[in-house]
Amino acid sequence: MLVLDDLVLERGNFRLAADWSLAKGRRLALIGPSGAGKSTLLDAIAGFLTPRRGRILWQGRDITSLPPAARPMTILFQDHNLLPHLDVFANVAIGLDPRLKLAPEDERKVRAVLTRVGLAGLEGRRPAALSGGQRSRVALARALARARPLLLLDEPFAALGPAMRAEMLDLVCETAAESGATVLLVTHQPEDARRLGDLASVVVEGRAAPPVPVEALLAAPPAALARYLGPGE
Amino acid sequence: MKGGANPLVWIGGGAAALVLLLAFGTLAALALRAESASGLGPGDWAAIRFTLLQALISAALSVLLALPVARALARRHFPGKRLLTTLLGAPFILPVIVAVLGIVTIFGRRGLVNAALAALGLPPIEIYGLGGIVLAHVFFNLPLATRLFLQAHLSIPAEHFRLAAALGFSDRAVRRHLERPAIARVLPGAFVTILLLCLTSFAVALTLGGGPRATTIELAIYQAFTFDFDLGRAALLALVELALCAVAASSALAAGTAPEAAPSLVAAPWRPDGRSPAARIVDGGWILLAALFLLLPTGSIALGGLVHLADLPAAIWPALGRSLLVALAAMTLTLSLALGLAGLALALEGRWGRVIEGIGFLPLATSPMVLGAGLFILLFPTFPPRTLALPVTALVNGVMSLPFALRALLPEMRQIEADHGRLADALGLVGLARLRRLHLPLLARPLGFSAGLTAALSMGDLGVIALFATPTEATLPMQVQLLMASYRMGAASAAALVLLLASLALFWIFDRGGRAHARA
Amino acid sequence: MKTPLIAAGLALAFALSGQAEEKPVLKVYTYSSFASDWGPGPQIEKAFEKECGCDLQWVTAGDGAALLGRLRLEGEKTEADVVLGLDTNLIVRARETGLFARAPEAAAFDNLPIPWTDPDFLPFDWGYFAFVHDRNRLAKAPGSFRDLAAAPDDLRIVIEDPRSSTPGLGLLLWVKAVYGDKAAEIWRRLKPKIVTVTKGWSEAYGMFLEGEADMVLSYTTSPAYHINVEKDDSKAAAIFDEGHYMQIEVMGITRTSNRPELARRFVRFMLSDEAQAIIPVTNWMYPVRMPPEGLPRGFEQLVPREKAILLPPEEAARLRDAALAEWLAVMSE
Repeated sequence: MLVLDDLVLERGNFRLAADWSLAKGRRLALIGPSGAGKSTLLDAIAGFLTPRRGRILWQGRDITSLPPAARPMTILFQDHNLLPHLDVFANVAIGLDPRLKLAPEDERKVRAVLTRVGLAGLEGRRPAALSGGQRSRVALARALARARPLLLLDEPFAALGPAMRAEMLDLVCETAAESGATVLLVTHQPEDARRLGDLASVVVEGRAAPPVPVEALLAAPPAALARYLGPGE
Repeated sequence: MKGGANPLVWIGGGAAALVLLLAFGTLAALALRAESASGLGPGDWAAIRFTLLQALISAALSVLLALPVARALARRHFPGKRLLTTLLGAPFILPVIVAVLGIVTIFGRRGLVNAALAALGLPPIEIYGLGGIVLAHVFFNLPLATRLFLQAHLSIPAEHFRLAAALGFSDRAVRRHLERPAIARVLPGAFVTILLLCLTSFAVALTLGGGPRATTIELAIYQAFTFDFDLGRAALLALVELALCAVAASSALAAGTAPEAAPSLVAAPWRPDGRSPAARIVDGGWILLAALFLLLPTGSIALGGLVHLADLPAAIWPALGRSLLVALAAMTLTLSLALGLAGLALALEGRWGRVIEGIGFLPLATSPMVLGAGLFILLFPTFPPRTLALPVTALVNGVMSLPFALRALLPEMRQIEADHGRLADALGLVGLARLRRLHLPLLARPLGFSAGLTAALSMGDLGVIALFATPTEATLPMQVQLLMASYRMGAASAAALVLLLASLALFWIFDRGGRAHARA
Repeated sequence: MKTPLIAAGLALAFALSGQAEEKPVLKVYTYSSFASDWGPGPQIEKAFEKECGCDLQWVTAGDGAALLGRLRLEGEKTEADVVLGLDTNLIVRARETGLFARAPEAAAFDNLPIPWTDPDFLPFDWGYFAFVHDRNRLAKAPGSFRDLAAAPDDLRIVIEDPRSSTPGLGLLLWVKAVYGDKAAEIWRRLKPKIVTVTKGWSEAYGMFLEGEADMVLSYTTSPAYHINVEKDDSKAAAIFDEGHYMQIEVMGITRTSNRPELARRFVRFMLSDEAQAIIPVTNWMYPVRMPPEGLPRGFEQLVPREKAILLPPEEAARLRDAALAEWLAVMSE
């Protein structure tokens, strides 16, 4: 279980509060307008931002002051997930060992996850020679290889087309189900939240609301979310 | 920058022609005036070998030392960091004769360093020799290398640092996977730029080199011109110098990919590395050492000037006015030429784009002595040199700073074209409208930086003015030299302080202006 | 801040172009420090213009050697009427250009230690090369090259490069004139004492004043500057008993001048009491004629007349390249 205990985050004049928990193995979409603080919350969980107040716990253990690498998580950013000078294989392998000295079983693992995301045969390519979708798959492959219990996704598929985005989210759901990982996805698209198909939390007006089932939330959105979604939804 | 009648391309063509004319036209003019054909003697070959040796060592050491200093500046934040970064740039724009005396007061036989060593009961150091030359060249060029590497550090995407943190990269892994690729892109260019600057060194090499063993090509050219009046040999030596520079520059352009667009120097990204106390001490040590090394000689010049402020002659002020005028004119010229050349290089791209980029490097490779004498032959007697002194100085100073402005502007313009070129095409934004509506607003920061650097370099440059001007049209650096030539060393150091402050102020005003516009 | 600068620039341009055209213009080529605000130039110009009704314009080059270089670049088309500031070591090559006319007749130079016979060039000032030291730092200076060569190696001197400066060339010829075939030996013994060799006089003298060397190659009249301007008695020239090499600065009229009469008048003016009195306290050299009011302190004759050394121009020109090669060989060992 991930617990945000009376958490208050500050970045310049911006302030965000969150006080809720998320059970292990669930998939949560953080939804809200841009600038509302979705990524800030993810940064705090990942360890890039020290909270002003409160604690973050995972499985009962306080991880608030742990450095990013020591946390039980792996994260995908919106952009720059890959190092341009490394090939596909090394970009995944670096998630297992930054020195790129891989034991044979780690090498097998890298090949396995690359096959799992459908990139078998492209191991030697540089990121510049890949399509946007393929790059997202490499980043996801690295997350799979790392097999951390928490998977943080900071709009990593925002640049992809709707079909490709849906495909990637399905892949995330499948692989998370296989490994039992807990997923947090930042998005501003309600259909992404729906596709993730579990819980959603509205981040708006300085507060991240406690998670609720996504269908229920979208069926009867609170006022602030309704304004954001517009009359179309 | 493709398609359409693009005035930038015409300006660029003109700029390329002007640079070629100054580099090769002056050389040809000199060779044609030669009274007899002459070859190079053994002394000349020794000079060529020594010039290469000292330039290679100086450039290598400047680059090597700049690596840890730039890293330390990139990952440490402290009050006054921006001021320090600006002040660290001062040696690069100091007039040579002033800087040499500054170095001597710190590192010389009676300098501060030897006084400290004596107090500790240690034997004194002697700088004269290859060591002194390298010391001085590192003093002049460490600021440039540091600045280029700092930009490379800041061009690493913030996500990569967060990725590194999430993946648990050690400091070593950050170095290997993030820093090294970024540095590798700018290192060849930085190395060659400094190499070229050191290849044309003369007074520094001779004075700190301790004697004729430290004869450089530029001294041999000077000797051929004034001592032997052998214009053929002077031209031949200049050709050798140009060829050396061409080989160095083309190998750099081939080795290094184009430099990255320079990021803002203040918004340093969050970094996961260098958290350990040992790393803090190492970084702090490098910043302190660089500051002491660069600021002590500059500070001693400033202090020497302050002491003699009362001796400051009134003739300094009109000279300062003339210098400012020349600096502003040179700056305007450099920016126009650099924008034109960059526009042309982008329009051509590919091999010819590289050639245009290479032409932009040429001014670094020309011998100041040959440039001055060649221009003199070309202009005399059609134009009386005296009335042309200031315009010619502005012209030459403007062209001399071109490589620096081009380095700052071209990558940014390439980035802008990559990001917004298609939009601009779609909107029918071509020619000057594209320059005004798309490029110039987005180029505010590098334009400000180039303007400041060009103006400051022009302020401190003696270059060709000595061949053309009489003391009634003297610029400030020329007045400093004239004061020294008439025993007035105290007044000269006060005038040098005025020069230093004016150069730094010019740089600061334009650089800051550019940054302010970039934020808006 | 730009507007006043542009205005200043325009004003400057107008001032330059608007100079009265009706007055005849005399162009005198000289080295830049002669015409600088702190050299003799401004006073000479004022005094001469008062009596000639002409416009005297200085045209400058870096030093005597650069001056000759510029003249050769300009050749027959030169605008120079008078060239002022070459020295005896440059006379032969200056004559070879064929640009100079015969000098006007001049009376004897009563303050010059040697007789003057050159048909084309006239001297206007002169000095002795000497090593200058600070009495507070070096109480007892060597009295000869032999003393200097034998002094302990912690006595350090700074000299100028003969290839890029006239004092440097002067020292080269001084040692050659005194020691002939043994010159290389003297240089070999001087070498460990030489801190460095500078491009020009300013760098060397500046380094000496900074305390970087105990002695600097300059002139016997250098201390006069410190005495008269700074009221500082500590600087002194070491008098060598082998004698002192002279630097005689000369002037000549160009064959191409279209105002030869005015040019001759200027040359005669340079030898007048008025101009000769300006020279010592602005150029810090001896005048070639003793002004009626005598000379200020610091210009006492410390070197006896018979100890004045000067290679005749032809011999200086003949010895120059070999002496330089010898020096380079020893210094690069």
